[in-house]
Amino acid sequence: MTLVVADAAAVYTLRIADDCLVLSHRLAQWSSYAPTLEDDIALTNIALDLLGQARALYARTAELDGTGRSEDDYAFLRDEREFVNCLLVEQENGDFATTIVRQLLCSTLQLAQWQALTSSSDAQLAAIAAKALKETTYHRDHATDWTLRLGDGTDESHRRMEAALATLWPYTHELFENDDVTRDVVDSGVGADPEPLRIEWDAHVSRVLDEATLVRPDGTWQPAGGRRGLHTEGFGYMLAEMQHLHRSYPGVTW
Amino acid sequence: MSNDTRLPLWEVFIRSKRGLSHNHVGSLHAADSEMALRDARDVYTRRMEGVSIWVVPSALITASSPDEKDSFFDPAGDKAYRHPTFYSIPKEVQQL
Repeated sequence: MTLVVADAAAVYTLRIADDCLVLSHRLAQWSSYAPTLEDDIALTNIALDLLGQARALYARTAELDGTGRSEDDYAFLRDEREFVNCLLVEQENGDFATTIVRQLLCSTLQLAQWQALTSSSDAQLAAIAAKALKETTYHRDHATDWTLRLGDGTDESHRRMEAALATLWPYTHELFENDDVTRDVVDSGVGADPEPLRIEWDAHVSRVLDEATLVRPDGTWQPAGGRRGLHTEGFGYMLAEMQHLHRSYPGVTW
Repeated sequence: MSNDTRLPLWEVFIRSKRGLSHNHVGSLHAADSEMALRDARDVYTRRMEGVSIWVVPSALITASSPDEKDSFFDPAGDKAYRHPTFYSIPKEVQQL
């Protein structure tokens, strides 16, 4: 870890918050572009759920790291290298299949994670998890349903799903990374142990891919670095778009 | 959004609270009944409008024809005795 932070719990909640915010913004980019009106609303609903989860987590992070920063400070006034989200959530939307695969891979982890965090030794984090659990259950169902239909759909939808899996799969390894922060929060009972999460994630994703007639990619490339602020190329552009208004007009309200 | 030719149309019915009947609220396009139900949840219950949803394939609904309006509905027009106006309704009964 190159980050100098007193409290591992603060880094931990910041990571989950950044995952939620960045994924939320990616989904929000579908607004008015989704293939059908129904899914335009579904994706933006999910985006809003994630944004709500991020806000609660930023508020808790500000207490844990003692900086008292506002949610806006975290979202709009940090630079790329200060974001500690995983690389998977920042990957570009691509076609609808890519977004659905990203949703399946992300929401399956998030659901397992929220479940584990309901018994966190941090009472506030446990409360946030309990509320988020219902929302994320729906997110995973949504992604699962679409994966089954697109994977086992037409030749074209199957081909696109395979391509999306091939693109995104390498980024899943980072989700279960262990480092000083995860070890510390597991010891203190604040955070979830990545290993049981991986087993749960694996079981659901494998079952869904099987049923969707999709083949689980193999490969040895395991990009990582998001947790240390090292991001992929598209992330800077996303951040510029997301932060532009707030930085151009500081304190703007409407 | 030229999906009309690909995805079937579904009619959506929502029960706003326990004890009330499901009311028609609109329609949507979806690949199958399960997706229709999820979409209905997203499109029609975002502001806590309901506690239960039905979706029905629009194609399965048999509708009366406007051409038959006269023979269907006009005969009831002058039969006031069919209205149960002789009964007083208890105040407690709010939905009838």
